[in-house]
Amino acid sequence: MLPPIARSEQLSQLATMLRIRRFEEALIELAATHDVGHFHVYVGQEATGVPALALLGDGDVTYTTHRNHGHLIARGVDPARMLAEILGRSSGTNGGKGGTLHLASTAHGFPTTSSSVGGPLPIAVGSAFAFRELGLDRVSVCLFGDGALEEGAWHEAANIAALRQLPVIFLCENNSLEALGQKANEYPSSTLASARLVDLVTPFGIPTSVVDGTDAAAVHEAMTAAIERARGGGGPTFLEAQTVRWPGSRPLWPQLVTGRTEVPFAWDEAGIPEAHRTWIGGQDALLRYVRELVAAGVAHEDVVALDEAASAEMDAAVAFALESPFPATSAAYADVFGDPRVNAAVGPRPVGRPAAAEA
Amino acid sequence: MEATYAEGMARGLRESLADDPRVFLMGQYFFGLTRHRSLTVELREAFPDRVWDPPIAEVGYVGTGIGAAISGLRPIVDVATASFIFQAFSQVVNEAANIRYMTGGQTAVPLVIHINHGVRGGGAAQHSHSPQAMLMNTPGLQIVTPSTPRDVRGLIRAAVESDDPVIWADHVRLFDVTGELPDEPETIPLGVADVKRRGRDVTIVATSLMVQRALAAAESLAADGIDAEVVDPRTIVPLDRVAILESVGRTHRLVVVDECHRSCGVGAEIAAIVAEEAFDELRAPIRRVVTEDVPIPFSRPLEEAVEPNEAKIVAAVRSIVEARRPVG
Amino acid sequence: MTAGAEVATTELRTIDAIREALRAELAADDAVVILGEDVTVGGPFGATKGLAEAFGEDRVRNTPISEGTVVGLAVGAAAMGLRPIVEIMFIDFATLAMDQLINHAAKLRYMSGGQLSIPLTIRVQGGASGAFGAHHSQSLEAWFAHVPGLKVVAASTPADAYGLLRAAIADPDPVIVIEHRALYWGRGPVDTTEAGIVPIGRAVVRRPGRDVTLLSYSRMAQTALEAAERLATDGIEAEVIDLRSLQPLDVPTILDSVRRTRRAVVAHEAVVFGGLGAEIAATIGNELFDELAAPVERVGAPFAPVPAAPALEARYVPDAAAIADAARRAVGRASRNGRTA
Repeated sequence: MLPPIARSEQLSQLATMLRIRRFEEALIELAATHDVGHFHVYVGQEATGVPALALLGDGDVTYTTHRNHGHLIARGVDPARMLAEILGRSSGTNGGKGGTLHLASTAHGFPTTSSSVGGPLPIAVGSAFAFRELGLDRVSVCLFGDGALEEGAWHEAANIAALRQLPVIFLCENNSLEALGQKANEYPSSTLASARLVDLVTPFGIPTSVVDGTDAAAVHEAMTAAIERARGGGGPTFLEAQTVRWPGSRPLWPQLVTGRTEVPFAWDEAGIPEAHRTWIGGQDALLRYVRELVAAGVAHEDVVALDEAASAEMDAAVAFALESPFPATSAAYADVFGDPRVNAAVGPRPVGRPAAAEA
Repeated sequence: MEATYAEGMARGLRESLADDPRVFLMGQYFFGLTRHRSLTVELREAFPDRVWDPPIAEVGYVGTGIGAAISGLRPIVDVATASFIFQAFSQVVNEAANIRYMTGGQTAVPLVIHINHGVRGGGAAQHSHSPQAMLMNTPGLQIVTPSTPRDVRGLIRAAVESDDPVIWADHVRLFDVTGELPDEPETIPLGVADVKRRGRDVTIVATSLMVQRALAAAESLAADGIDAEVVDPRTIVPLDRVAILESVGRTHRLVVVDECHRSCGVGAEIAAIVAEEAFDELRAPIRRVVTEDVPIPFSRPLEEAVEPNEAKIVAAVRSIVEARRPVG
Repeated sequence: MTAGAEVATTELRTIDAIREALRAELAADDAVVILGEDVTVGGPFGATKGLAEAFGEDRVRNTPISEGTVVGLAVGAAAMGLRPIVEIMFIDFATLAMDQLINHAAKLRYMSGGQLSIPLTIRVQGGASGAFGAHHSQSLEAWFAHVPGLKVVAASTPADAYGLLRAAIADPDPVIVIEHRALYWGRGPVDTTEAGIVPIGRAVVRRPGRDVTLLSYSRMAQTALEAAERLATDGIEAEVIDLRSLQPLDVPTILDSVRRTRRAVVAHEAVVFGGLGAEIAATIGNELFDELAAPVERVGAPFAPVPAAPALEARYVPDAAAIADAARRAVGRASRNGRTA
């Protein structure tokens, strides 16, 4: 279903979903020839992040994980600067010091990305703690995968959030449906004794909601309620958005196993290759959203135009990233501390130990 | 006025809370279970909305402190007994220490983490840690180790004012130490050592409680005509190498006294720096008086055997002053 | 290897040598079990590939992403007589298990007055390689070397990867085995018999020399050999010592060498400040004060987290030129107070 918002906003969300998809596809292709480190993509989960994060306002913060690209684009970070960061260039969001695993953009509400499973959970709770103490009408959103519930940090963070009734939203993106995980030598999925994720939440008295993560309307509705609860002093909410794992995210390194997305397959079912009919024909959140828009009367040409714009933007982003210079290596020593005097006085010296004068 | 170390701590905390509405105490065991713990009650009464008693969840509340620091507070998180910082280690070393750097300078974490370190007497292996050595090997953390009422009060202020994470390590056995406390609030900057005793024959660099033991050792050495200088770096990171090297440049001999274990300890780093930078000045080997490489035993005589004490400091000094008196 | 081959030495990649060591210990002792994320399919780098099929999933077990509890579980199992090998996917995530490692694994023998033995092996891999960034690239050996009750080893060759791992598994106390992922694919001869076991606590001289001693381990030991080659072209004969065991350190071997060369450089990939180099420099400085002709040089990473960008990562990790420069400084140095030439 489509979220109950103006058609122009629905189309704007489609544009964002298309931009995320084309970004990830461009990245997978780039990774074949460039050193980007281990990376994770958001293909198939666009209908969760885009409608959910569209509901946030200025000042609200988002903590995310190694699967962070879609979240940053959804909140307006420039994909060109993200790609530059992922390629280790000086024009990257973090000046090359973070890479894919640690993308951050404070101007867009991303203070830091932790790639330690479960790591961001208590930190997101801490931002909510500060908002409450400072009297700020803001919410803190923590996005994480089902695996994070295996860490002890979840229980400590949930307990504190519930005790203090903090304005934090735990948005668990459970992308393990139909994932075969390690048994099939694929990217791991969660291994929890609890049959339902929410059974790890309800003992804390935190309200829960489980939605189909490919249903933008369901995500919109659940997130709207969670944000209202947080802003109204009602405390934390746990949302579980369930998605089927994209076949390209099953290998340890993402691969375009279903090919580059063909948007016309949303209305041209006959053209779908038989090998990927299940994914393309039913499970792909992006194509589902397109189908719903088309059913609501949006013209094919308008969808194609948005897609072409997204592809063109990513072509330019790739060019920008590749043309961007690598950082001066002296940057490796900056930003350890904010006060440059402390940086200088700390004493530990760069490789090979220059003279004592530095002390 | 004359005050105890614990009163210096309380003053520093109270002044920080009064001067900056962003300061927030997360924890209630700043004074451990000592007789001074009522000082926390007074703080709580003065600032009832700015003291939080978190659950027993080190990962949870240290992470909460990090997030709160990112989003506008200046939290002082109390982990209490230093041994428990290992419960929260992922948050301390992977998150707090790295965030400014990983984000290319975008996000600051102005967080103070308080620990009570060291051999407290009967704490045995799980309540006697001095984790400063492991933390100093973690770029992004600053570490303060006060030794007097005045220093703890002034260093608390600097720690709270810093835009980066600070580990504030107290020693429970310092709480009853008395000393001068100025009437007016003061900030003691990070990275500035203090010469606690002037001397010409040997430099003793000591940290935290070991400063008090080094001063006692210096007194007994003085009775034998050995004039020891005691230098207190006050902060391990940043480390005031200049002051240490300046002192060694005059005395030409060094003993380092620190309560971390020997292997890869704080003492090793200070000894290595001086051995490199003051190679030509040294007239004797650098001695380390540190906790031996065993877990801390419970029984009192065993505990005293493995920790640094006044007698070991005196012996170390004698080994490099008397044995090597004639030099070229 | 061919079936039933009696040949002692075979050419293996490091990752295969690790697997063969695991296989040998699994075969030798039913108490040996492997625990870790995805270990039944080999883990992220294939170290345990095929072992679940060979020994069953009772002995090669997948775990949830719960580092602290998995290490705690292994401590308890070790106390009851198993010999667990825990694979922590990245050394950085050992930070999630520090309470169990430091407060429990390292101390239970001592705290219990010798009643308990914790024959636990922790396999971790790390090092800055492949643009993994600050959460997947650290060199944290100094932390573990600082904790009484833990042993720490780090191999630089396939043979040592095999021999040290077998020694670690057989050891009655907890051993942290630090692997460098950039070394996994390098080949070398490995003696896959009992004779290939490398005792913990013994360094090895990789290259003899008389002018300066280069002390290193893990990947940097290879870099030190490269530096020695460069120095040889300048007529400087460097002795290269691969420490292999970081706790306990082989102090006699270190001192024997430096007593002869009177100059030393310690090189590691870890942060210099508070690193293993400090311990070695302090020890040499104390023991060989009169023999040293130059200060012990320390080469390592700057005081900064590991950057992600390949250009910055390359700058962060010391190279052979940096080690050679340090050695030249040591050799060119005028001796202390002009006392010795």
